Amino acid sequence: MISLNINSRNYQVEVEDDTPLLWVIREHIQLTGTKFGCGIGECGACTVHIDGEAVSSCQVTAKESAGKKITTIEGLAENDALKNAWIEDDVPQCGYCHSGQIMQAAVLLAKNPQPSDGDIDEAMGANLCRCGTYQRIRRAVHRASDLMGQGGKS
Amino acid sequence: MKHIINISRRDFCKAGALFGGGLVLGFHVDETHAAPGQYTEAPTVFAPNAFIRIGSDDTVTIIVNKSEMGQGVYTSLPMLIAEELEVDWRKIRIEAAPVDAAYNHTQWGVQGTGGSTSIRSCWDQFRQAGAAARLMLEKAAAVAWNVAPDTCRAENGFVTDTANNKRLSFGELAAGAARLEAPRDPPLKKSHEFKVLGKSRKRLDTPDKTNGRAIFGIDIMLPGLLTAVVARPPVFGGAVKSFDEAAAKKIAGVKAVVRIERGIAVVADHFWAASRGRQALQVSWDEGPLAGLDSVEQKKQYGQLAEQPGLIAAQRGDVASALAGAAKKVEAVYDVPYLAHAPMEPLNCVADVRPDSCEIWVGTQLQTYDRDAAAGLTGLPKEKVQLHTTYLGGGFGRRAVGDSHFVKEAVQISQAVKAPVKVIWTREDDIQGGYYRPAAYNKLIAGLDDKGAPLALRHTVVSQSIAKGTPFEGGMIKDGIDNTAVEGVADSPYEIPHLLVDYHMAPAGVPVLWWRSVGHSYTAFVKEGFMDELAVTAGQDPYDYRRKLLTAHPRLLGVLDLAAEKAGWGKAASKGISQGIAVHESFGSFIAQVAEVTVAKSGRIRVHRVVCAIDCGQVVNPDTIEAQMESAVAFGLTAALYGRITFKNGRVEQSNFHDYPLLRLPEMPRVEVHIMKSTAPPGGVGEPGVPPVAPAVANAVHAATGLRLRTLPMDPAALQAAGLKG
Repeated sequence: MISLNINSRNYQVEVEDDTPLLWVIREHIQLTGTKFGCGIGECGACTVHIDGEAVSSCQVTAKESAGKKITTIEGLAENDALKNAWIEDDVPQCGYCHSGQIMQAAVLLAKNPQPSDGDIDEAMGANLCRCGTYQRIRRAVHRASDLMGQGGKS
Repeated sequence: MKHIINISRRDFCKAGALFGGGLVLGFHVDETHAAPGQYTEAPTVFAPNAFIRIGSDDTVTIIVNKSEMGQGVYTSLPMLIAEELEVDWRKIRIEAAPVDAAYNHTQWGVQGTGGSTSIRSCWDQFRQAGAAARLMLEKAAAVAWNVAPDTCRAENGFVTDTANNKRLSFGELAAGAARLEAPRDPPLKKSHEFKVLGKSRKRLDTPDKTNGRAIFGIDIMLPGLLTAVVARPPVFGGAVKSFDEAAAKKIAGVKAVVRIERGIAVVADHFWAASRGRQALQVSWDEGPLAGLDSVEQKKQYGQLAEQPGLIAAQRGDVASALAGAAKKVEAVYDVPYLAHAPMEPLNCVADVRPDSCEIWVGTQLQTYDRDAAAGLTGLPKEKVQLHTTYLGGGFGRRAVGDSHFVKEAVQISQAVKAPVKVIWTREDDIQGGYYRPAAYNKLIAGLDDKGAPLALRHTVVSQSIAKGTPFEGGMIKDGIDNTAVEGVADSPYEIPHLLVDYHMAPAGVPVLWWRSVGHSYTAFVKEGFMDELAVTAGQDPYDYRRKLLTAHPRLLGVLDLAAEKAGWGKAASKGISQGIAVHESFGSFIAQVAEVTVAKSGRIRVHRVVCAIDCGQVVNPDTIEAQMESAVAFGLTAALYGRITFKNGRVEQSNFHDYPLLRLPEMPRVEVHIMKSTAPPGGVGEPGVPPVAPAVANAVHAATGLRLRTLPMDPAALQAAGLKG
């Protein structure tokens, strides 16, 4: 039995030791906002926060994540500055990668509230978007940074 | 998680009067994850046609028959209705249409999304649906107030009687409107009267795509749902010789191993067990006739074919004589590889086959085919097969397949295990699973007159047909020519007196398919790259050279001029930046792009800015057009710089994003979009931005280095091979 803390709730799951956290989040906990894209840590669609770091949840096992503080897209606040910026700039197209994009951006902003274009390139280069919404992602990260500076939350 | 509303027989008849009949069912994927009992919607009171339902609470539900795969149809199509319905936009909610003849594509006769046709095919249909509903609501108000209908005006969700200062909401009028007959051929607004169309509107699906609530096919969860992965032949055209399931069945969680048409399915409680089970599975394959397929050899074969005369796709004048008499001749070979669509959401499908029913949840672009395929496999009547269209995590054509293979797999497995099953493709399954944009080989010879103008052009295309052997063959192949293989060049707009375009249908085998912008995805690269070569040979500016050859095509000229003007054509060189230009018509729209690049000594191409001018006729949602152009640039650059599916020993050499890379954010150029004002009928938007990207970049690379790249992708190795001085 593995004990997981996800979005401030505790879950007990029974899975094989090598089961990636991604699949436990999606199938056992049924939080489907976290997406499967590649399974090899190349695309970032499965990005979650583990103890405040952006992690590809396909690359860690549930067992390794036990006892740590895990946050998924569903655990971000409803009026999160990033979500508002994403809506304001109408960033998503198909939308599949954007849980991961937002989770990646959230860690960037937590560590660096006023990122430069170069900082955004470095952090967000980990996340693929086949629809090519990159120009808007860059714009929305800057916007979220501005919103946070004005007292918005992230 | 589902909520099904049966519309009354009365309403069904009215819908039938307008749209040709069919059972009208609504399916609502409830993004709030509310249990069915918690989900509340006021009773539908007024359903004037298949696309609109108005509840007593003023809710206006718009049933959209096009799949939302990122192109924005869940917003742009409701805008068409809103323009005529005079609805309060905040009251609109969207439902995916069930499979029904009422929702067939107006030109295809089946339900589907593709070919950048959504706005074009729904332009009249959706506006008429909105106008008919509005007229009925206005008439209902007139009846209620006992006044003449022409004093009643709908606006923002209310009907007002201006003379008597009365008003009723759509919800309040719905019951009365439901008693009226739907008008036929309601008059529509003229474009100068538009209030909604042509003004940017935020997408209705964005909030759910920022909080994890948007439900894609892969997110469907059902009680007792099993997950399957399928072991498919390692070579296209291969088959299972024998298999041993013992090791797979030992994996904890594996429930069954079943043989289906396309391979061996490992079915488990969860994905990970299914995936581990497939690794353990022992399969012996008969590799079939393509066991030796090799991309290097294939290119040679295509080259040999190109030396022979092909089937004539376009001909005017006398190319042979004109070439013989030309002042200068230019010859070139352009070739492009197979490409995978690689949508971010890997293919998947959920099927629940019962003795007397079949229910399917899938992100598909071809609902009717998929529904019919399931009926065929199960022996059930079509009306017993219910197909629910979810959000699509990207499509680009990959989710529109005439053989319904990714739906049939799920149906066959569910039939075998007698339980609901979700088939998930891994990324490796996706990259190696075929249905690619075909590789294409192009041989060109042009003759210029003594002033440098093109006198004659011979263009030979060799590629597999995407239509051959599919249900679309009859409509797409004519006299042996797959029109999509030569589209954009057989109908080249350039004024060239003598033209011959011929085509060789390369041997079938590798599954090939439409891929965002279809044949234009490579014909534009060839046409516009070669046109640049002709301009350079003639010693003329590539922009001016094109202008002189497009005098009969004002819309192409318009975007060419606009892109050149906005990009500051010819003024970038001083900043160490090189520009390339390309212009192309596809899917009813006209697009020119100027790409600005630098080339590193390593051969790495950096695209800094793409200026894009589009004339797509009348505009629905300008921000969506901008978004689609940005998207097309990223998609086009991925193909231009990275995309390549190759074969060795019959096997695909790439497998995942590490060796089939996509453009990443740091490489995204600044994209500037300029939309022409137009009153022409709407053109497509999802695809036409892709074709000009690769040639604009290739032409800019030539401007930067003097090297002409005629093979995609344009990676550093290609530049070094072309002679780049490091």
